[in-house]
Amino acid sequence: MAELTSRQGGGRVAVLKPQVYAWVQDYGVYAAVLALLLFNVLFTPHFLDAANFRTQLVQVTPIVIVSLGMALVIGTQGIDLSVGSVMALAAALTVLYLGYGWLPALVVAVIGGAVVGAAGGALVAYVGVQPIVATLALLVGVRGLANVLVPQLVEFRNPGLIALGSSSVAGIPVIVLIAAALTVIVLFVVRRTTFGRQVVAIGGNRPASELSGLPVKRVLLTVYVISGLLAALAGVLATARLQASDPTSLGLFIELSAITAVVVGGTPLTGGRIRVLSTVMGALLMQLLAATLIKHNLPQSWTQMVQAVIILAAVYATRKRGTR
Amino acid sequence: MNREQTSRLLQQHGAVMVLGLLVIVGSLAFDTFATPTNAASVVVSSSFLAIIAIGMTFVIISGGIDLSVGSLFVLGGVLAAYGSQYGMLVALLLPLVVCGVVGLLQGLVIARTGMAPFIVTLAGLLGVRGLMLAISDEGATTYLVKDQAFAALGQGELLGLSYPVYVTIALALIAMVLLQRTGFGQNVYAIGGNEQAAALMGVPVARTKVLVYVMSGLLAGLAGALNAARLSSGVTILGIGLELDAIAAVVIGGTLLTGGAGGITGSVAGVLLLGVIQSLINQVGSLTSAFQQVVSGAFLALVVVAQRLLSKAQRLT
Repeated sequence: MAELTSRQGGGRVAVLKPQVYAWVQDYGVYAAVLALLLFNVLFTPHFLDAANFRTQLVQVTPIVIVSLGMALVIGTQGIDLSVGSVMALAAALTVLYLGYGWLPALVVAVIGGAVVGAAGGALVAYVGVQPIVATLALLVGVRGLANVLVPQLVEFRNPGLIALGSSSVAGIPVIVLIAAALTVIVLFVVRRTTFGRQVVAIGGNRPASELSGLPVKRVLLTVYVISGLLAALAGVLATARLQASDPTSLGLFIELSAITAVVVGGTPLTGGRIRVLSTVMGALLMQLLAATLIKHNLPQSWTQMVQAVIILAAVYATRKRGTR
Repeated sequence: MNREQTSRLLQQHGAVMVLGLLVIVGSLAFDTFATPTNAASVVVSSSFLAIIAIGMTFVIISGGIDLSVGSLFVLGGVLAAYGSQYGMLVALLLPLVVCGVVGLLQGLVIARTGMAPFIVTLAGLLGVRGLMLAISDEGATTYLVKDQAFAALGQGELLGLSYPVYVTIALALIAMVLLQRTGFGQNVYAIGGNEQAAALMGVPVARTKVLVYVMSGLLAGLAGALNAARLSSGVTILGIGLELDAIAAVVIGGTLLTGGAGGITGSVAGVLLLGVIQSLINQVGSLTSAFQQVVSGAFLALVVVAQRLLSKAQRLT
């Protein structure tokens, strides 16, 4: 640090600069969410209505759930592009097995997601294929499979599944409660369990982890299985909320939203660090941003361009720590 | 021929061999497969993806990735159709200039800040699609191609093949020469192989990287413009997932996603393979287009596993 300061020769300012970057990296996403909330409270009519809040939260739920798995995968220096297709497969499996009741259908769908995750994880961990290619193959193939199983949009009338999608407990939608519970579980796993530490260790330095005897391959496989499982669950919940199974367009591009949430939350793509709560904040930030722009009559084109700028800014801010 | 040579040959030319095999099987199985009409339709429909895949090959060999090409393809098409009201020159130059500048900006950010290409071009994917929506009234306006000469560029035929096919062949030949016979091509391989070593050897790393993304942007824009000429309009809903098709084709063609190895022939063969698979599935008739995705995905998985095993074999010897 001293060397850096003297080279920049800027006195106090130069000492402060790395600290500012570190602060932005750690708390920037919270600050951004707060700032956006404040802006909306002041300038957006009806923003504080409970209905509006509920809509926003319900809409962001699938992305949050998928992002949790994505954060784990990115923590191992990997990436999972297959999550959107897994959601579609889960939707297809759900309606196929809905005749046996909604709970068995949910279980089959989640198992399906875990199997896809295991396929990707096996390719990455045991064959040594790059995560981006392995999961790209699954992205292409699994969406096709979902479409082969259920070629068109199917509406359903299963009361249990519809209740899962639209009922609330104490005014909070069940879907949101599930997402919150999953967030707490993943947070616990990352911070307090051996498995969580192994995930971070492998992402930080894989050769060292191998040398120190960590079960690297098994951990990698498990991480992709968890990602597939969570994506499938998100698919079932989204299907329950839509009251229809739509394998053609469900989860399209959600891998990009999830990666964005993780990255904006300050988890580096280079692995070795997982920020669970910030990932959820990242998802909320992108959702809130889109909602804000739309509420103020800015068209979708603007939303996408602003999102692009925010992604770049977030990654630029997190980049500093890596190169320090 | 020893084991190392065999595995290297398979890695570099496997896609061409599989393509040949599939064509033979297809023509034996279906009377309507090996006809000039069918061949022409496969080649024509593959040409636009092939142009994009050529640019992607450079990017991937340099160790990067370009997710923005699908959005640039649509943007190029919309700009070409919009520009065609001012004549052929504008219709061609406008998409090339804009898409080239987008590629330049992405390249500069990647080369100067060291941010991951995946993220920079992901932002590009979003931002460029936003830009396209902005100039087409949120996708509601489909500009029609006004200039007949420009439309002829996409629709005209020579010896039963439409012009875009010849453009693709010409571009592939130029790209092969660039990659194999010039210093620039050597630099691309060197950076993808080992960036630090390349920098130490005096390879202009930043400049080469920027150029690679400029090329990718230009080619995606050109493909979009040619497609708009073929369709006589700038359709705003195209290009979704096209970046993934292009990456898949390049990877199937034997280019390693880790960079440093690969070639244009493989990528073109990869594109044709995807086209032939689709054509074969069409021949069966009863199978849906969804089935094509299953086969393509399974095929991609198979290829990367094979690549991995082959490169292991090479390292063992």
